[in-house]
Amino acid sequence: MRKSILAAMALALSAGGSAAGEIAPSQVKFEDGAVATSLTGVPGDAAEGRKIVGSKKLGNCVACHVVSEQAEVPFQGEIGPPLDGAGDRWSEAELRGIVANAKMMFEGSMMPSFYKTEGFIRPGKAYTGKAADDTFGPLLTAQQIENVVAYLGTLKE
Amino acid sequence: MIKKTRALSAIGALVLAATPALADPVDATLILNEETEMVTRTAAPDHLSDTLDEVMSGWLFRGTETRAMQADDFDNPGMIFVEQAMDTWDTVEGTEDKSCASCHESPDTMAGVRAVYPKWNEAAGEVRTLEMQINDCRENRMGAEKWKYTGGTMQNMVALISSVSRGLPVNVAIDGPVQSTWEKGKELYYTRNGQLELSCANCHEDNYGNMIRADHLSQGQINGFPVYRLKNTKLNAVHARFKGCIRDTRAETYSPGSEEFIALELYVASRGNGLSVEGPSIRN
Ligand code: HEC
Ligand code: HEC
Ligand code: HEC
Repeated sequence: MRKSILAAMALALSAGGSAAGEIAPSQVKFEDGAVATSLTGVPGDAAEGRKIVGSKKLGNCVACHVVSEQAEVPFQGEIGPPLDGAGDRWSEAELRGIVANAKMMFEGSMMPSFYKTEGFIRPGKAYTGKAADDTFGPLLTAQQIENVVAYLGTLKE
Repeated sequence: MIKKTRALSAIGALVLAATPALADPVDATLILNEETEMVTRTAAPDHLSDTLDEVMSGWLFRGTETRAMQADDFDNPGMIFVEQAMDTWDTVEGTEDKSCASCHESPDTMAGVRAVYPKWNEAAGEVRTLEMQINDCRENRMGAEKWKYTGGTMQNMVALISSVSRGLPVNVAIDGPVQSTWEKGKELYYTRNGQLELSCANCHEDNYGNMIRADHLSQGQINGFPVYRLKNTKLNAVHARFKGCIRDTRAETYSPGSEEFIALELYVASRGNGLSVEGPSIRN
């Protein structure tokens, strides 16, 4: 029994690049820029989400947004609006849509699409300047998106 | 789109109150060696008049100390490389036993040259950057080896040739035989490259004056190239900067000296028409 589940998971991983039960980037359904269904079915971990938002290596959201609550993170950018109070302004589904692919909510947005794998011009292999290869994946995993959404939901004023 | 209005009006007042133009370019004048007043901001050239009112040198976006270093040749580390290039200028090399000086006399004869490059070369039927022209002289007039495009010897020479044009207005042609190259460069400027889907314009046209993480975004002008960067303590080529900016969008870059970068250089140079040539300038 256990064995066969593992085998099925391995298959799902190699076929779609995402774990079993996850919605793959190309399968996400947007409605008015929002995504109603969890990408993983596993509740988001706000503490993990907090790290992703503040970390240069992960979401690097602070490159463009101020998050006052993360005062320990230096050099917060001002390309987008401060995320303070995002949890008041947006529903969970809206936040999921914005983080997965902000261009569905804000047409032509400068905000990168964090859960998307297709339709890029000259995609690279991370920050090497070289062409993307078969390690290419979305900027954040499905669970990381859920974690960020959970964290944004806690940003209330 | 209704959504956007809601979000932005909710935070609008807050943004205005919280950032009192903290990151705007400074209101300062660059006077070189206490004698030459440089044009660091001026009316945008006609081809940009729908987009920008003013064009501004990257100098205005740097800190007080960095700006001061550039104002005096004794404090400008880029000038050490210019001096090295003066020696190279007089060095005989290649099968023709010639130096640059054999044909061009002193570097001062190059005054005005930087300001109009990239430009059309009629005989070759191509748009040439300064680097391409220098290598053409080396290969075809001196019988010497080409220099590496972004390498130290080349950039030192580009810095020397730029330095004798400092204070003159950038004035590259955008029509006639270069027009199609210019159009191609413009298209590249507005292309949203890489996994982050960011164009040059996203950062340098829509967001100059804003902070992106620790960086104060300028208009991405090239009137100050080559630039001496405090970060790597050497002269940096225009195409090396382009490469770095494209790499940072998680994109596959183009190579220095490529057709794409030549076109992009012509277009970006033309966005600075009217600004003073500043190279070698200082940046962080
Ligand atoms: C390259 C800059 C950039 C990055 C990086 C970025 N954003 Fe944004 N973001 C924007 C911009 C610009 C907007 C404003 C929407 C618009 O008009 O395009 C925005 C809007 C938003 C909004 C809605 C604004 C509101 O009302 O609160 C949220 C939420 C958001 N971003 C979250 C994130 C998160 C989470 C990350 C990291 C995973 C992130 N952003 C990374 C540029 C960015
Ligand atoms: C044998 C003579 C000769 C030598 C040696 C020579 N050049 Fe030239 N150079 C020329 C000629 C002739 C032209 C004009 C060519 C043309 O328009 O195609 C020229 C043009 C140039 C230009 C463009 C000037 C303009 O107004 O557009 C630059 C820059 C230049 N040379 C730099 C150099 C440098 C640097 C060296 C040494 C590394 C050098 N040259 C060595 C003959 C020479
Ligand atoms: C994600 C934002 C971003 C994008 C996209 C971007 N750059 Fe930059 N660029 C920067 C930052 C940050 C700097 C350093 C601070 C400054 O001068 O703006 C910089 C600096 C420059 C400079 C040096 C300016 C000076 O005065 O020293 C040039 C030139 C430049 N960029 C050109 C380009 C071109 C051309 C493109 C498109 C191929 C581009 N950049 C895309 C962020 C960006």
